[in-house]
Amino acid sequence: MTAVPDSNFAMALMRPRSLNPTKMLGRIFVYGCLVVLAALFLAPLASMVMTSLKSMDEIRSGTLLSVPQAPTIEAWASVWSSACISIACGGLKGYFGNSFLIAVPATLISVGLGALNGYVFSTRRFQGDNILFGLILFGCFIPFQIVLIPMAGLLGMLGLAGTIPGLVLVHVVYGVCFTTMFFRNYFVTVPAEIFKAARVDGAGFWAIFFRILLPISWPIVMVSIIWQFTGVWNDFLFGVSFAAGSNQPVTVAVNNLVNTSTGTKAYNEDMAAAMIAALPTIVIYVAAGRYFLRGLMAGAVKG
Amino acid sequence: MANLGISHVTKSFGSLAVLKDIKISIEDGEFLVLVGPSGCGKSTLLSIIAGLEEHTSGTITIDGRPVDGLEPKERDIAMVFQSYALYPAMTVEQNIGFSLEMSKMPKAERVERVGKVADLLQISHLLKRRPGQLSGGQRQRVAMGRALVREPKIFLFDEPLSNLDAKLRVEMRTEIKRLHQRLGATIVYVTHDQIEAMTMATRIAVMKDGVLQQFGTPENIYDRPANVFVATFMGSPPMNLLPATVVDGASGPRLSLKGTDVTLPLPSSVTARLAPGSDVLLGLRPEWLSLAMEGASANPTLTLHVDVIEPTGPDVFVALRAGEREIMARLPTGTPICPGEKRAFALDLSKAVVFDAATGVAH
Repeated sequence: MTAVPDSNFAMALMRPRSLNPTKMLGRIFVYGCLVVLAALFLAPLASMVMTSLKSMDEIRSGTLLSVPQAPTIEAWASVWSSACISIACGGLKGYFGNSFLIAVPATLISVGLGALNGYVFSTRRFQGDNILFGLILFGCFIPFQIVLIPMAGLLGMLGLAGTIPGLVLVHVVYGVCFTTMFFRNYFVTVPAEIFKAARVDGAGFWAIFFRILLPISWPIVMVSIIWQFTGVWNDFLFGVSFAAGSNQPVTVAVNNLVNTSTGTKAYNEDMAAAMIAALPTIVIYVAAGRYFLRGLMAGAVKG
Repeated sequence: MANLGISHVTKSFGSLAVLKDIKISIEDGEFLVLVGPSGCGKSTLLSIIAGLEEHTSGTITIDGRPVDGLEPKERDIAMVFQSYALYPAMTVEQNIGFSLEMSKMPKAERVERVGKVADLLQISHLLKRRPGQLSGGQRQRVAMGRALVREPKIFLFDEPLSNLDAKLRVEMRTEIKRLHQRLGATIVYVTHDQIEAMTMATRIAVMKDGVLQQFGTPENIYDRPANVFVATFMGSPPMNLLPATVVDGASGPRLSLKGTDVTLPLPSSVTARLAPGSDVLLGLRPEWLSLAMEGASANPTLTLHVDVIEPTGPDVFVALRAGEREIMARLPTGTPICPGEKRAFALDLSKAVVFDAATGVAH
């Protein structure tokens, strides 16, 4: 929790001081590079936004990055509520809701379980604890594709095939490996004397976890939530494999929408659909990105 | 408040024994200091008393009741840690009151107890702050408040002053001693600082390599160290050890200092019969040497070369040389003495200690 106030660094940069020409030139070069790189990274996003706000006529006549002459949100509206995806013509909104129904519980459950696992791994010694932690770490590196078939079998046995709870289960199982690692690595940086003091004070397993540990763990909670939410939200493979029909997440729906080949290709609708699907993760990064960075660094600084 | 008994306690990690057959017992209201170099097992012993670690064999009793295998909270002890170990997310008030909350004490009573302790430690104005907003000394007080509020049978302190600067350390030392006198509490205190041990304790246990070297009052430890380790670990500068041989004299055995032609009478403290020819170490505290005045003292004298003079304010430490041997003397400031001189020093042999040269054990 030794987050350095961001302003310190900024102030050091802005401290008024006369620059000699060489330094000035260097400064211009640095900023020039940054601007070019930023433009390069932002161009695809800009192109998507511009295209989604244009009519099809304008798209055919204009260039990829030109500003829309007559901006319209028609494409957005149509994609949201009336575009035809496979046979149903209800737009993306239902699938968008599905993604929330999958991502929110999957995030909360995997973060909660990861926090508990991390707490146990960092404070308790038991037979085979290192082996077990190693196996959980190993889980982080198992490619999605490998587990598709056994997972399908398992979901079938549990009667969860094709359902939203089934997808939540899949994501929790996969996410717990990561969140366990995050929390365990954060908790080992908490001084051991704090746990001892709590034991002497008469706090038990749960009191130590909820009263002492969790309140100082918000940076790693934020990291885990962002990591899990964006991971689950952006997932395509599990969604397309394990969810059927109206239970599909928005990523799968966007794919189906874009790949529906009737009539001309509606680029503006494709772009709007992609934007809608990406919006929640963009919002989370913009709103909580600084906590993400801070949380990732908190462990490093303390260790 | 209670007595504490540690009998035949051992602790090993696998084949590594970190505590070997420790026997210590103190009465109600005593201030026991466990002192020794790092790695001597003193902190492990404290953890075992607290119930944070289990011992391999032996018995711990608190207030006459065996507590082996009990959880810390069942032992009625409180502990102050070296890093203070305050709960970062709680206010000072919550930190101090946490143990009471865990024991399900009603809120009103809790607030009253916390308030009383805060008054005692003069931290009432800090109750709403969090540990991160406190200075080192204030954190130290909060950590003590957390222990005091429980009114336990025994207080355990694990090097509580080692993170403070020198001035604050001396202040808090006095404060802890004052608290001890005021509350009459039983305290076990771990430190590697022999001055803390001497100034605070009513009983000192000196440890080394998991073995209890000596257990006694501070005076006892200082004047009558049981072996060479205790003699040199306790006291700064440490006790001088002069190699000597026992020789026969007209009126009983005498000590012939090696490398000199001086022989000294055997100190009165030596009770054992020393065989002539045996090698010994003569232990002399620096303050037992003084500048010899012409015919003023009946004490035996030794002529020594003055090497270095280190004024400390009230005293002057003088490094003296007898052939190859260095001898430290502690003289009052203002003693007329210059480096390079050869002077006669009187030795106060009434307190001197004689150790066996081979085993290091006091005779």
